Amino acid sequence: MAQLKRIAGVNQPDAVLDRREAVPALIERPQDWLVAAGLAGTAQELCAMTDDGPNVFGLGGAMGAAPMMALGLALAQPSRRVLGITGDGELLMNIGALGTIALVAPANLKIVCVDNGHYGETGNQDSHTGLGVQLDRIAAGFGFPVVHVINTLAEIDEGRRILAAPGLAFILLRVKEGPALRKKRSLRPHVVRDRFRAALLGM
Amino acid sequence: MAEAARPGAGPAWAHAMYDQLRAQGVTQIAYVPDAGHRVMIDRSLTDPDVHSIPLTTEEEGVALLAGADLGGARGVLLMQSSGVGNCINMLSLTAGARFPLLMLVSMRGDFGEGNPWQFPMGRATQAVLEAMGVVVLRADAAQDVMPTIQAACTMVWGSGEAVAVLLGQRLLGAKAF
Repeated sequence: MAQLKRIAGVNQPDAVLDRREAVPALIERPQDWLVAAGLAGTAQELCAMTDDGPNVFGLGGAMGAAPMMALGLALAQPSRRVLGITGDGELLMNIGALGTIALVAPANLKIVCVDNGHYGETGNQDSHTGLGVQLDRIAAGFGFPVVHVINTLAEIDEGRRILAAPGLAFILLRVKEGPALRKKRSLRPHVVRDRFRAALLGM
Repeated sequence: MAEAARPGAGPAWAHAMYDQLRAQGVTQIAYVPDAGHRVMIDRSLTDPDVHSIPLTTEEEGVALLAGADLGGARGVLLMQSSGVGNCINMLSLTAGARFPLLMLVSMRGDFGEGNPWQFPMGRATQAVLEAMGVVVLRADAAQDVMPTIQAACTMVWGSGEAVAVLLGQRLLGAKAF
């Protein structure tokens, strides 16, 4: 089989962070956010971090939905902080959503991409980012006003500061391949929808 | 409610449709542009109480309106029939989580179409939507629009269904080639 080659001329440090430590370090209080989380790693870890909490809508399919779900939620709930968190594969599937989000630019929305450079759920094939595609540069090109890349533990502090400040931002959290935090979560989307609305809206 | 940006521009049914959707509480209007939706788009851009959201592809709007529903807001998704094909897998989000969804679809590859490229998706539009569990209603004359939109709103926000209203080329007029 032919080997895929890295894109020539792209120099990035090797990913060193373990997502099981880096994601909770960045998202310190996940219960304070309304969250749309993409399949599969980020949905698993945000559900694990909140004990399958009602403030998290974690996808188990519909790949590519999480960032736009977060946009609709942010516009509907301008007084709440909204987090769209997803992986590199999910973000790549609907990459134009970053342009739509940058255009609308709600101040209460943050997009975090946990980039492990692989399709972790399907046999760990290299993703485009694992071969050199740089999502931070794409986000900047789409017009995100704040873009921050985290390669090391030291860079997480700035990520936390950005998450705490108002304004649209994109954070690329580069992690090694490897498992996400995981706990049993509901895979019945209509149950997850109903409990999310019940907790937020009382309906 | 805001008046039409350019009174008299565009058909009366399109303005009535906009007013009716706003009266139903719609605050997010998402679209990939099409001439058949010009009035809706132009009105949304001048309405201070509406988020007017241009999309790069139609499936973005399916996910957007799911998020809107999680937050207690109502929206509508506008597209040409060719865009229905771009929504197929994303409609599994709508079906699985039972999100209410209202889509307004301007038809191509329909009555009087002069561009052969439009026929394959035009022919498939209704079948594809129904295969994904979306109820399909249709308006082909100006007097059908308001009752069809009213029925769709009741089915979407009363019963929680996903509904697409197809606006036929007999209503919109076929583009000249």
